Order: sequence, then C-alpha cells, then structure tokens
Amino acid sequence: MSLLEIRNLSVAVDGNEILKNIDLNIGKGETHVLMGPNGAGKSTLGNALMGNPVYEITGGSIYFNGLDIKDESPDKRAKAGMFMSFQNPLEVPGITVSSFIRNAIVQKTGEKIKFSEYRKDLAKNMEILNFDTPYKDRDLNVGFSGGEKKKAEILQLLMLKPTFAILDETDSGLDVDAVRTVSAGIKEYQKREDGALLIITHSAKILESLQVDYTHVLVRGQIVADGDGSLVQDINENGFEKYMG
Amino acid sequence: MGRERSEVNDIDRSLYDFRYEEKEEDFYKVKEGLTEDIVREISVEKNDPEWMLEFRLKSLSVYNELKVPDWGPDISGLNMDDIVTYVKPRTKMKTAWEDVPDDIKNTFERLGIPEAERKSLAGVGAQYDSELVYHNVKEEVLAQGVVYTDMESALTGEYEEMVKEHFMKLVPPTDHKFAALHGAVWSGGSFVYVPPGVKVEIPLQSYFRLNAAGAGQFEHTLIIVSEGADLHFIEGCSAPKYNVANLHAGCVELFVGKNAKLRYSTIENWSKNMYNLNTKRAICEEGATMEWVSGSFGSHVSYLYPMTVLKGNDSHCEFTGITFAGEGQNLDTGAKVVQTGRRTSSYINTKSISKSGGISTFRSAVTIGSKAEDSKAAVSCASLMLDDISRSDTIPAMDIRTNEADVGHEAKIGRISDDAVFYLMSRGISEEDARAMIVSGFADNVSKELPLEYAVEMNNLIQLEMKGAIG
Repeated sequence: MSLLEIRNLSVAVDGNEILKNIDLNIGKGETHVLMGPNGAGKSTLGNALMGNPVYEITGGSIYFNGLDIKDESPDKRAKAGMFMSFQNPLEVPGITVSSFIRNAIVQKTGEKIKFSEYRKDLAKNMEILNFDTPYKDRDLNVGFSGGEKKKAEILQLLMLKPTFAILDETDSGLDVDAVRTVSAGIKEYQKREDGALLIITHSAKILESLQVDYTHVLVRGQIVADGDGSLVQDINENGFEKYMG
Repeated sequence: MGRERSEVNDIDRSLYDFRYEEKEEDFYKVKEGLTEDIVREISVEKNDPEWMLEFRLKSLSVYNELKVPDWGPDISGLNMDDIVTYVKPRTKMKTAWEDVPDDIKNTFERLGIPEAERKSLAGVGAQYDSELVYHNVKEEVLAQGVVYTDMESALTGEYEEMVKEHFMKLVPPTDHKFAALHGAVWSGGSFVYVPPGVKVEIPLQSYFRLNAAGAGQFEHTLIIVSEGADLHFIEGCSAPKYNVANLHAGCVELFVGKNAKLRYSTIENWSKNMYNLNTKRAICEEGATMEWVSGSFGSHVSYLYPMTVLKGNDSHCEFTGITFAGEGQNLDTGAKVVQTGRRTSSYINTKSISKSGGISTFRSAVTIGSKAEDSKAAVSCASLMLDDISRSDTIPAMDIRTNEADVGHEAKIGRISDDAVFYLMSRGISEEDARAMIVSGFADNVSKELPLEYAVEMNNLIQLEMKGAIG
C-alpha cells in the first residue's frame, strides 16, 4: 500500500478546472519530483493535497495511509502526517518562530513537550540550516528575506517530523548558497525521518544533491510523463518542449 | 463538506456585571438631571471651598451654552435629565480593607483590587460611584514624600493651593460640552504629587467602579510629577450592565516636569450601556517623557483622545493603544499631540479590532508648531475586522507648521487572511486556534505594554469558540 494514493483527481479554482484526472502514488520514504512549465498546475496539486479551501476537488480521491482525506481540514491532514513547505510563506506578526513551532508540535501531537528538550532540538536543527539563533525569537517570517523564509519552512519540516512533505518551489528565488543549505535540511529529513517527499519545482537546482526516485511531468493540468531520477537531467538539458504537444 | 466557522468571543463580562443587591438607604443621591440646585447641593455635600463652588457654577453655564458634538458617534441615547450626577456610598473613605463595607469590599475583591495591591502596587485608590471608599499608600512611598490621595482631601487640605493652580487648567471647561459638565459636577478621583527627583519604583493604581444604574461618574485625576521624578500610574474602570444609559465624563490632567517621566496606563472596561466621554491631557516640560498605554474594551459609545502637549524642548511622548469594539459598540478613540518645543518627538501606535457589527474609529491629530524645529512625529495605526458586518475607520490629521520636521503616517486596515489561516492550519493548528493566534499576534505589541494582570485579561478576551457549521 502506498503512503499517498491520488486517484483520478480533478481540481478547480473559481470554477476553472486546473488539474484533470491525476493519478499518482507515493510510497513511504520515496522522493518524487513534479516538474512542469509555469502555470501547469503544480502548486495547485500541492495546495489541493494539503487542503487549501480555495482549491475545490471536483473529482477523484486522495488516500493517505489508506484513509480518504479529501474532505479533511488542513490541520487534520497535518496531524495525519502531511506537511507543505509554502512557495510564499506568510508573515505572522506577534508569534515568534520558536513559540509557533512549539505550539504546532503540541497541537499536532496532543502531547506536552519539555522546554529544555525542545530548545535543544530547535538549536540543533537551526544549525543544520545555518539559521542564526536570534531568528528563533523573531516573529514568524516577518521581515525575513526569501531565503530566510524558506529556511524557516524547512526548520518546521525538521521539527514537525511529518511522514510526507510537499515542497512547493522551495528553491525559487534562492541564491546558490541558500539552495545548498535548504537541500542539506531536506536531506536530513529524508535520512532521519525516512520521510516521503513531493518536490515541486520548475528548475532543478535543488535536486542536484538529492536522491530522486521518481519524476513526473505536469503539463496543462495533466501528468504527461513519468520516469526515474534521470528524467530530471533530461528536462534540465532539453526543457519541456517535447512534452508540450 | 460543511465548513466550520469560528468566532472570537466577546469578553466574559460576568465578573464585571456581578453586583450585590444594594439598599437605597446605603447611598446618598441627588435627583436626576442637571440644574443649578443640584450643582449647589453637590458642592455643599462635598464641602467645597468657595472658589470651587464658583468654578462649578461657571462650568454649568458654559455647559448650557455648548452644543453636543455632532462629528462623532451618535450620543442621542444619552439624556442628561435621566442621569444622576452624584451618588455617595454612606461610608467614609477607609485606609484598611477590613473597614470598607462588605458589599463594596466584596465587589472590589472580585475585581482583584486588594490582591493586585498586595502583589504589585505602591498604592491604591478605589472609587465606588462618586466617592473614594478606600485609599492606601505604602509606607516607603509616603516616606519618599509622594502624595497620593483623593481629590477631596487634596482640595480641602494642605494641597488646596496646588489643586487650585492646576485644576482644569489643562482641560478648561470651555474645551467641550462634557468638559464643562465635568467642571460642574466632578467628584472623586485622585491627586498625586511626586517631589523632584523621586522615582516611584512600583505603580500606583486607581480603580473606578460605577455601580449605580443611570448614574454618571465624573472623577478628576490630577497628577504632578516634578522635575526629574518618575511615576507609573494605572487606572482601571468597570461597571455592571444596566438597561439605562450610564455616563462617564472623567477628566485627567497630567503635569510632567522637566526631565520627568510619567507612564499612564488605562484599561477601560465599562459595560455596554456606558457613554464614555472622557478627557485626558498631559503637558510636558523640557526633556520630559509621557507614555500612554490605553486599552478600550467596554462602553456603548466612547469618545477618547488623550492629548499631549510637548511644550518643553526635547520632550517626548508615546501613545500605545488598543480598542476592541464588539456588538453594539461604537468606539471612537485615538490620540492628539501638540508639539511646540524644539526637537520634540511623538510616536502614536494603535491597534483596533472590530467584530459582530462593532465600529472602531481611529482619530489622530498631530500639530507641530512653527517654532518646533527638528521635531519628529510618527503615527501608525492598524485595524483588523473579524467579519463583514464590522467597521473600521481611520481619520488622521496632521498640521505641520515648520519645514524642519520629520513626519510619518502609516495606516493598515485588514481582515484575517484566509491564506494565513490555511498556513497555520497546515501545521496542525485548528482553525479557531489559528484565528486566535492571528488576532492575539496582531494585538501583541500593544498587549505587551499593558500591566500584567490586564495583559492576561486581554488574552482571555481573545479566546475562541467554535460556532455551528455553516454552508
């Protein structure tokens, strides 16, 4: 049984169908890459999987751990083990990075955590991400640069320990160093949690140092090609032209 | 799929609405309405010096000449003919809690006043309707030469001259109709004098409780902080809810001496039948600092714009305010600053939240005079509307008469963003908690400034509750 099973999924925004009949299976610990030109519907798939209410599921189903979750609210999906790193993480004034993550862990797991252990864990993960300690006491994403916001997303990934994470354009707008740091965080997640990933990207920068198991090409709302990790290389060199039909 | 909708709760008012059944004979009251006879009766009852009676009568004639303000929220539901302007509990002011009559004592105990005094205050005054029933100051503060007493004692005792010199000089009765009303029927309030160079380490607090139905409360607070002195004064107010209109037209006058510092924190938590038409003003001498912290949660209608006059060179003021308008509330709040000294600076930072049809209006007026060179002013206000039926307005005014000033204004009006709610929910946080986080985060930099017990109260206010499914 797959960890995530997407069957015949169609998704609309404001009545316009963006995704048509998507089928996709992701197994435990597998890393999948979803590529495609701008506007193909990649982020729509991520948002629909996470339960963004703006995205309406017009057909099909999403099974996670064998349960149909397509009617569940985002917090229930998170509690079931899903996570999404946002393309544009939102600024949340008045809540520090540290207290937010702690709050999220407590809500997600329903268990209290020891502050001393939490602090150690947070410091360790921030170090992996080259994230300066003072950031833990700053309001979540407020005034963060693009790179810092993405680091904060990956920090949440490492702290919340989901079994499946969607990374929506995590590499977009980052410089080479930031991509390297963020990749290191993702690698750590793969290794430590044996976490499954759906990496949404239209470049391939972030994939250079990651082991990719499967690649899917999304064009105009449909998956037009599947392959293994080598497909990334191919697209990198030749672009999407041959899939555009 | 039925989407759940969550809502920010109203403040739990049960604590404030609680009251003991009182017997008529426990109180002395004047008749409803406002006449010369009533003003004279109050004056006799209070043992005013002659000049104060004259002051009251002059204020009354000013009151009769002035018009009701027509530029703000509607106050036509307030009829002075129905308002009892003076209600005196039949008890002398006490300096020990155990001597305060049980009903009154229990009321204040439920509000946590004696507890706060024990824990974190240098002195406490408690006013019940029109008169103070309790006043006490810690020995060590008295030893510093600090005077903290009720206005009546100050007026009829050794501080009469000081009162006469300052009383309604900053807020003259001609200022507006309700300032004139205050001048005519004022009663109660606190007098504070801090001698030069004295720093009062822990705050003083006055608590005003308006318990009588259909009554008005007109306390006068006069604070003089001398050169180089430092004081934090906290004012709290509450009242149980009645079906008739109550009126609060207090007056606060603050004199901040050279290089002195005063922080004045207020939590207004009047019930929703209250017309809160309060006037507060501070004047700063050279190098002085005035800090206002103002939380407006209660009342049916509020007009409240604490004003600071930065008269001395290098004086500075900060105003931090939060207003929470719920159902049936129209809260018109803000701040005024007049800068006439050189190199003066002011910073106004306010947040307002409106829900369930509440209206919250922010007004600011900053004037920088022609001689106030190298002065600075910054105004920042943010509003959050929690639903589609609530309203939020911003009315900033700036009058800058010198080219040598640095002035900034920033206003933001918004709703809770669905994207932000989704973002937080994607981390496993429930919808109602996500909304509560956003609202309390919005208020955070203001609630941080509140005295601790009020900050806790405010967090309780932003509690959330799931409502029935919709759609």
